[in-house]
This record gives sequence, C-alpha cells and structure tokens, in this order.
Amino acid sequence: MNRHSILRVVAKLMIPYILLFALYVQFHGDFGPGGGFQAGVIFAAAFILYALIFGIENGRKVMPAWVNRILLAGGVLLYSFVGVAGIFLGSEFLDYNVLGPTPVAGQHYGILLVELGVGLTVSSTMIAIFYVFAGQDI
Amino acid sequence: MNPVDIFIDIFLLLLMAAVAIAIVRSHLMFAVVMLSGIFSLLAAVLYVHLTAVDVAFTEAAVGAGVSTLLFLATLALTHVNVEEKHKPVRMVPLVIVVATGAMLIWGTLDMPHYGDPEAPANKHVAPRYIQDSPKETGLPNMVTSVLASYRGYDTLGEVVVIFTAGAGVLVILGRGRRRWRPGVKDEDGDNAEEERA
Repeated sequence: MNRHSILRVVAKLMIPYILLFALYVQFHGDFGPGGGFQAGVIFAAAFILYALIFGIENGRKVMPAWVNRILLAGGVLLYSFVGVAGIFLGSEFLDYNVLGPTPVAGQHYGILLVELGVGLTVSSTMIAIFYVFAGQDI
Repeated sequence: MNPVDIFIDIFLLLLMAAVAIAIVRSHLMFAVVMLSGIFSLLAAVLYVHLTAVDVAFTEAAVGAGVSTLLFLATLALTHVNVEEKHKPVRMVPLVIVVATGAMLIWGTLDMPHYGDPEAPANKHVAPRYIQDSPKETGLPNMVTSVLASYRGYDTLGEVVVIFTAGAGVLVILGRGRRRWRPGVKDEDGDNAEEERA
C-alpha cells in the first residue's frame, strides 16, 4: 500500500490523536463515559490502523509480539495483584478501601489500577487477534 | 416519553430492521460485513438515545470498528466473497423462528416499562449505588464505580475471559502451524520457527 499517499498522510495525522483519545478515555473514565474496555479497543485501533496502512511487518516493529504477550498477561496480573494487595493490607480480596490513606483515596487508586489492567489486556488482545489474522499467509 | 423520543426510537429500530433484512438478502460477503458494521453503529446511536453512553461507546468501538475489521481480515484469508444462492424457503424453521419471536414479544408485555423507577431491577441495589457511591468512591461516573469497585470481582472475571480469548487465538493460530510437532519436518525442510503473532 505504498502508493496510497493520501491514506498514509491521513493515518499519520490521525494515529497520535487516536492514541491521545484512548488515554483520555482510559484515565477520564472515572468522570465521564468510558473506561478500560473502551480505551483498550481505541488504543488497539490505532495500532491496527498503522498495521493496515504501513503493513503488518512494520506494525510488528512498533508493537513486537513478545511485548504484546507480556501486556496481555500483565493486565490480568495487575488486576489480580490489586485484589491480593487488599488481602495483604488487612482486608478482603478486591477491597480498595485499604489501599490509600482514606477509603475514598484507596478507591481512587484501586479503580485507576484496575481500569489500567483492563485496558492493557483488552488492547493487547485486540492487537494479538488482528496480528494473527492478518499475519496468516495462506 | 415525549413524542420526539418515541419517533427517534422507532426510526432507528426501523433502520436496524432494514439493515438486518439487507444482510439476510445480500449475496456479497463484503456487503454483509459492511452492513453489520452499519447495524452496530445504529445500535450505538440507539444506546446513546437510551442514555447508556458507556455501552454505546463499546458498541461503536468493538461492534462497528474492530469486529468489522476482523471479519474483513477473515474474508481476505478465506478468499470467499460470494455466498451460495438462496435456497427455497423452508417452512418448519420459519414457523419455529416466528413462533419463538412472537412468544418473546408476548413475554415483554409483562415487563416493566423502560426507566420505570418501580421496576424490581431498580429497587434492589440501584438506590444504594445512586445514593452512596459518590460518597464511598468519590467518583461521579457510577458506571465506573459499579464496574470497577462494587462489582470488581465480576469485572475480573470478564478480563480473564478476554485474556482467555486472546490466549486461545494465539495458541490455535498464532504460531507456525507445525511448530509443536517434534519430529515432523516441514515440506520445505525448515521448521517454521519464526514468530507469527
């Protein structure tokens, strides 16, 4: 797709804004619509757009498969560790109240980290599925 | 509900029905994929109109965006673009489907109206979330506080489901197809060690 200069220029212009919007949806999900699931998909869409326009090989250079796999598992692990941290700090699994100096602050930290875990897993799942589908050369 | 809202709902539902009929009648797989993307987008607009913005967000991103793309990738892989011609209408499945649909619609007549504050679903834990969640979590978006905090255990399960889906796709499709068969040589002689995913 090297000759489609309009597509390449427009994609290059849009990808930073898509990533920025994904980060906004991720970290503003406490206050507005959105959250980890939506942000993860939007984040993945930016990488998928890049891989569509510039080729799957270049896409794999931006997000190597091994990094993606670590993030895939890392999101679930982050979520679970937040839950286990509640136990170690003297409460129950996934109780965020004990994570901060006050219960409300603890809830803030807990929800932020948990949503981050959701976003990581969702985005790397989407990227992984797309890479696998697009990378099959049958 | 005021008449404009009812008109918008009926208009969107009619559009969705028209798109669904077009999907059923189309022969071209490419057109079917594009139409299902449009269907998801219409559903997202409907969710916005029902003030379920978070759901609309997900529907637009996943239904209209990524899943359309995955369907297209599958089409590109399988090189199948034209469905076989319509078969003659078979009566027994048609009767079963129509009867099931009629019973489902009949069942909805007993359900409480949309947004009814007296509905059982709105009497159980919803009042507590609405009254206490801003104090307990300090978050204005109750969807997030229910999803991530009150129902954090359920959300952990959902994330594990997504992880399992991704891992499953990687295991089945992600590696060289002959990589994990010790002793079996590739046709070309090399053993397809390179990473695929």
